[in-house]
Amino acid sequence: MSALAARIPRPHSSLVRSLGLVVLAGAVLLIASEALGAYDELQLANGAYYFAVLAGLTVLIGLSGQISLGHGALMAVGAYTVALLIGDERWALVPALLAAVVVTTLVGVLVGAAATRLRGPYLAGATLAFAVGLPALADKYTSLLGGENGLVINPPTPPSGLGANFPLERWEAWIACAGALVVLFTMNNLVHSGVGRSFRAVRDDEIAASLCGLHVGRVQTVAFVVSAACAGLGGGLLAVVLQLASPGAFALQLSLSLLTAVVLGGLGSILGAVWGAAVLVLLPGWTNDIAHSFSLSTQVSANLPLAIYGLVLILAMLVWPSGIQGAVRVAVSRIRERHAPGAGESSP
Amino acid sequence: MTRFIDLTLNGISTGAIYALVALALVLTWRATRIVNFAQGGMLMITTFIASSTIASSGSYWLGFAVALVCGLVLGAVVERGLMRRVEGGPPLNAVIVALGLLILLQALAGMIWGNTPRSFPPAFSIRGYDVGGTRVLFSPNNTFTVLVVVVVAAGLAVLFRGTALGLKMRAAAFQPEVARMLGVRVGRMFTLGWALAALVGSLAGLLVAPEVFVGPNQFDPILIFGFTAAVLGGLDSPVGAVVGGVVLGLALSYVSGYEGSSLVTLAALVILIAVLMIRPRGLFSSVQERRV
Amino acid sequence: MRLRSYRTGAAGVAGAIVVAIALAGCGSSSEPGVSSTSVTFGTHQPLTGPAAPGYSEIAPASQAFFNYLNAQGGINGRKIHLIYKDDEYNPAKTVNTVNQLVLQEKVFGIFEGLGTPTHTKVVGFLNSSKVPDMFVASGCPCWDNGTAQPYTFGWQPNYTIEGKILGQYIKQHFAGKRVGVFYQDDDFGTGGLTGIRYELPASQIVSAQPYQPGGTNVAPQISAIKAAGAQVLVDFTVPIYTALGQLASFTLGYKPQLVVSNVGIDPTTVGGLLKTFSKGKAGTELIEGAITDGYLPSNTDLSNPWIALFKKVHDQYDASAPFDGNVEYGMANAYTLAQALQLAGKKLTRQDLVGAVNTTGSKLTGPGLVPFRYSTSVHGGYAGAEMGQVRGGQIVLFGGPLVTEPTAGSAITPYTTAQPAPPASGVSVP
Repeated sequence: MSALAARIPRPHSSLVRSLGLVVLAGAVLLIASEALGAYDELQLANGAYYFAVLAGLTVLIGLSGQISLGHGALMAVGAYTVALLIGDERWALVPALLAAVVVTTLVGVLVGAAATRLRGPYLAGATLAFAVGLPALADKYTSLLGGENGLVINPPTPPSGLGANFPLERWEAWIACAGALVVLFTMNNLVHSGVGRSFRAVRDDEIAASLCGLHVGRVQTVAFVVSAACAGLGGGLLAVVLQLASPGAFALQLSLSLLTAVVLGGLGSILGAVWGAAVLVLLPGWTNDIAHSFSLSTQVSANLPLAIYGLVLILAMLVWPSGIQGAVRVAVSRIRERHAPGAGESSP
Repeated sequence: MTRFIDLTLNGISTGAIYALVALALVLTWRATRIVNFAQGGMLMITTFIASSTIASSGSYWLGFAVALVCGLVLGAVVERGLMRRVEGGPPLNAVIVALGLLILLQALAGMIWGNTPRSFPPAFSIRGYDVGGTRVLFSPNNTFTVLVVVVVAAGLAVLFRGTALGLKMRAAAFQPEVARMLGVRVGRMFTLGWALAALVGSLAGLLVAPEVFVGPNQFDPILIFGFTAAVLGGLDSPVGAVVGGVVLGLALSYVSGYEGSSLVTLAALVILIAVLMIRPRGLFSSVQERRV
Repeated sequence: MRLRSYRTGAAGVAGAIVVAIALAGCGSSSEPGVSSTSVTFGTHQPLTGPAAPGYSEIAPASQAFFNYLNAQGGINGRKIHLIYKDDEYNPAKTVNTVNQLVLQEKVFGIFEGLGTPTHTKVVGFLNSSKVPDMFVASGCPCWDNGTAQPYTFGWQPNYTIEGKILGQYIKQHFAGKRVGVFYQDDDFGTGGLTGIRYELPASQIVSAQPYQPGGTNVAPQISAIKAAGAQVLVDFTVPIYTALGQLASFTLGYKPQLVVSNVGIDPTTVGGLLKTFSKGKAGTELIEGAITDGYLPSNTDLSNPWIALFKKVHDQYDASAPFDGNVEYGMANAYTLAQALQLAGKKLTRQDLVGAVNTTGSKLTGPGLVPFRYSTSVHGGYAGAEMGQVRGGQIVLFGGPLVTEPTAGSAITPYTTAQPAPPASGVSVP
């Protein structure tokens, strides 16, 4: 099997490989969305915008070694931008999403510049304060940002070319997946590019990287900016799919969930971001079903899903320290070794 | 003027609690280089245990003592049983494990004691002192809290700087291999650090519980501001934790009083960023950066 | 306008196991969630998280009342089922939860959705999908729009109505006294404050201090109100913040006349939070004498036949919860839904349910002390409340029920029709 694989010429350009990946993923998503029911389409859409954020976050944390407990707030920036533009100013979908990316990128520049001076827990503390403090702006500027209630926008209408009965949920899933594919393309490229290598160099040894001519502060800021752009797009897509932007949706809990998802999925790998997104979307439903399959008092059954989630986080870190993707990598390499012992490999 | 005095006193009493939580976080950081995000959950559990003890026995101080003992035990168990396995690995894994533990503890508390917050007695009266005919926003219970913070901070300072045990704990944290070679029981030092941290956390829980009520999520704001205070003061410095706590408490009290409650979390962010831009490792950081 | 098409896909998402709560006979009629023997509603509630205290009791209490009715054969031969899901008071989760209930569990309608920031995010979807959105558990005036939101109905008296009634009482009994307002910084607090301002001259309100739900340090706000010299303190607070406010007041030696919204006065809940400061008594020392209002009989008034009924149902079907205002709320709201189902008739469609409330809702009587404001264009819920006071740790209502409209100039008038007794079984409808 691997002898055969070795004979297929592999394109060396990461751009072409990313494109191929995107086409493949796009095809899979398209086929899947045709088969899914309305609720599952929305789950797919949720997974897509989570992937958008997580891909950027995993690059930031895994590749450039900077922690962020504040990406929920960056998503909020993107979501509110979209909600304000689509709701009040009646912008079209794509320009609004682009604007969300731009605005969040600008915020990311500020955050990233501040972040270059900070390391480890100090960066964690600063980004945590950011996650807690930024949504409070909604309460301060109630007339513009809607206060505690936040903003509501109308759902996106499917274009007439798709037919009068095209399900709204599928259209939302397509929008979100399109955004996710854009992120997939850019991030996959980035990871395999010179920029990605500069991230890793700075992560591994700042002094050495500096001696090689890399401007450490600038590289770290670029990493932050890139991840902020992804978070802005993710937040904008969230606003489109859920039709809301509200402080309660972007509380600290979201930032912490993003962090745990990215580590659970596997740091530094785009595929890890996919696993992370799947965990975020599917795990609550599974834990809820488990909790309700026993007949327990409300007090217990309401808290059981959270208890299971906490337990899963702990056990996953103990058993799979490199996350799901790490475990997959190990499993795949074991399978390969069994089939072609001695033939060295490297997997994405 | 009364307003300013009341806000200052309020800032000191809330700041004292942030300082205690910050001290607990500083302890785990100095001992094992881990930020214990589960601290809020641990102190919540020990406070619940105290609450149940007080309810069944009728004695406040018995509940107090039980909470402290449970804190020691819980801290030791968490470090030895859980954190030990992730101490050597990527630092983020420890963060995730701590977060997972926090969620688990909050859910367990909800299952055992329910989500409805319950009342918790103060150690001393919460009736404000009478100063020149007006009652101020500071009570005997607040005095007790401040005293506890001072004693704990002083005790920790003495422990780390003046005793052999403290030296061993610091050595175990900074250079575990070398420390081991010199005969320090590194593992035991780690466990001790966490046990002490959890003890300090329990104290914080007991002291703040009368004013925030005891419930699975009631201590969340204390933890967030306590962490902010620890970062503000410098995670390596117990003095920094106290100063950071008081500074934060005062600042937030003034903002809440003069500008309104909606700006409090934003103010915390601004203060933290302002300090960290000048001193990236907190106010009382002693470690210098290696620059090229 | 949302386009809807019901498509049941064959394949599920990778590995997702969905345990569909059994809906008897689902799919046999053209409407989802209903059959000849059962009807299923869904609701989103904060069962965990910082907003859970108290509110997590409401849905189980409603379900308990439905179980009581089901034991007697249900309504029009249908057993009423309630699926309640946790949204942790997070609007993003509310949207996902309601989507799941409507699209996957295929409920007949949503009942008692809790919270303003949460429920406002699903009103558009429910109305465009023509799903009944019955009796939202929130007093926001925003549910009261039968023209634009024909499927959404409020239930409790909205916050502006309550503010007006409390404001009028202050105007009549505390004329000339300085008033301070301590309120939650959202629709609940600002709605109540609006109502108060409709009744009181601006010069009388010397301080209005909002608090953010989530923080725990309210002393700066209470200190500001005390410094302004307010002799009357109006609390538009949820129970935790009523209690926190009282603790700060106690420290400061500040003893104003308390006027508290019915949302935040339940003596069992507030007393429980203040128990250790009241030397072992019920804990209501600090709120003794507080003025409040109620649109249901006081839940400590066991001589009231409705309370006796609810207590009986509670003891049999919901005994693990304390018998407090939240449980009473859940049961009373459930009674109204059962009445609506009864009115909708044997052949039950979504349109029938909505139409029944539009046509006959205003004539419904039950545990409420005041009539409902329901018509095709008005979906407001209870029209007023009766004044009350905390005496001996219990709410005692006095003065007779008052009704009004949630607008600036409308009068507050007494409502003199007596409350009927509960039926021996089932529900009674006009």
